[in-house]
Amino acid sequence: MMTNNPFAVLAETIPSVFLQGFVITMLSLIVIGTVIQMIHHKNITYFFNNAKKAKLSATRELGAGETAAIIAKTIVHDIATTSELGAGKRRVAHVLGMYGTILFWIATVVLIFSYTSSDSVTPNFWSMMWHVGAIMTCVGGYWFWLFLRVDVLAEAHPWYRIIKADLFVLTLLACATFGLAWSYTQSLNLENRWDDKVFLTLYILSNIALFGGVYWSKFAHMIYKPGAAIQKNLAEADGSRDNLPPFADAPKQFGLGIKREQPKHY
Amino acid sequence: MSTFVYMTRCDGCGHCVDICPSDIMHIDENIRRAVNIEPNFCWECYSCVKACPNHAIDVRGYADFAPMGHSVRVRREEEKGTISWKIKFRNGTTKDFVSPITTKPWGKFIPKLAEGEKPNDDEINSQMLYTEPNGLNIDGKLPSVPKDTFKKGVYY
Repeated sequence: MMTNNPFAVLAETIPSVFLQGFVITMLSLIVIGTVIQMIHHKNITYFFNNAKKAKLSATRELGAGETAAIIAKTIVHDIATTSELGAGKRRVAHVLGMYGTILFWIATVVLIFSYTSSDSVTPNFWSMMWHVGAIMTCVGGYWFWLFLRVDVLAEAHPWYRIIKADLFVLTLLACATFGLAWSYTQSLNLENRWDDKVFLTLYILSNIALFGGVYWSKFAHMIYKPGAAIQKNLAEADGSRDNLPPFADAPKQFGLGIKREQPKHY
Repeated sequence: MSTFVYMTRCDGCGHCVDICPSDIMHIDENIRRAVNIEPNFCWECYSCVKACPNHAIDVRGYADFAPMGHSVRVRREEEKGTISWKIKFRNGTTKDFVSPITTKPWGKFIPKLAEGEKPNDDEINSQMLYTEPNGLNIDGKLPSVPKDTFKKGVYY
């Protein structure tokens, strides 16, 4: 199963140009959904206005080199490891889901655009990446959704309570889960039975819901959160610090004695 | 005055939900970020402002005594045991000062509600609050003042 390229098998019945067209349509839906969300929610306007206002209280001007260094450090340290989530289960689950999704999507594009023609042979590496990415997404995503979600952990709601904010994580999990189920049933060689077609249909529907729901879902946090992390570190460096006080000139003498606990004292 | 949340900073960790003594900091159902659901009932205790690890919560003052342009912001550093404050006045004057953290650990003076017994319907509908009357140290009944001991006059 892990070395199976489900798209190559599918391309035996459906021309690969349709698969490629589907990927391009999904990419277009991301762009359209994000742009409409930016126009309607005005979050980019708010973000830049806020950054401009914060700059007025800057105590020093950052050079281009220093700015680039801060942005690079933010990408490597803050964004690539989602450090804002602190050290704990939430961060591990998010990193698993994030890299799993990136692998899953990149491998999908490579498999569909490079290895769906009749004369191509899919390298095991890319098939493995597709499956590993989907598994990582499932592990991180289900861990988050069942146990670590703030609704469950801090608000004491049951895990099965579904709200609008779940649209992104649930459709993403549906894509990865149905994708894996589709590949598994395909690898069983059930001789044109219904199983893999059902999972293929569910996989297509969950992709349409995921990418078509960008405007309503939290999909765009992948774009906004890195921007906010960069702005935060630039504000810290230029002295404006979003009006926050400077770090206290005091020794680290209390260790973890008064460290905040997990927020589940409901 | 009431708290509000900078959505770009909030990551929905739930620390403000956990600490709010008025139970008005909750998680928004559309974007899973913190939100003050009842600004009228916020008593500006700053608990959530201090507890937020991402400095995503701020307090908006009424314009009559805290005119626009002011700012009161907090940085809590656990390992140093300090809370730093930055007060920014409307005319640009700023004041920085540092005070010690006096928050007590959960379970020491703050009851661990999740581990306590679930109240029954009678207890929920009772006018007694959590731990009352035992927590009041009044021998099981609320004190009363006989009416005939009242002074004559108008009581407010």
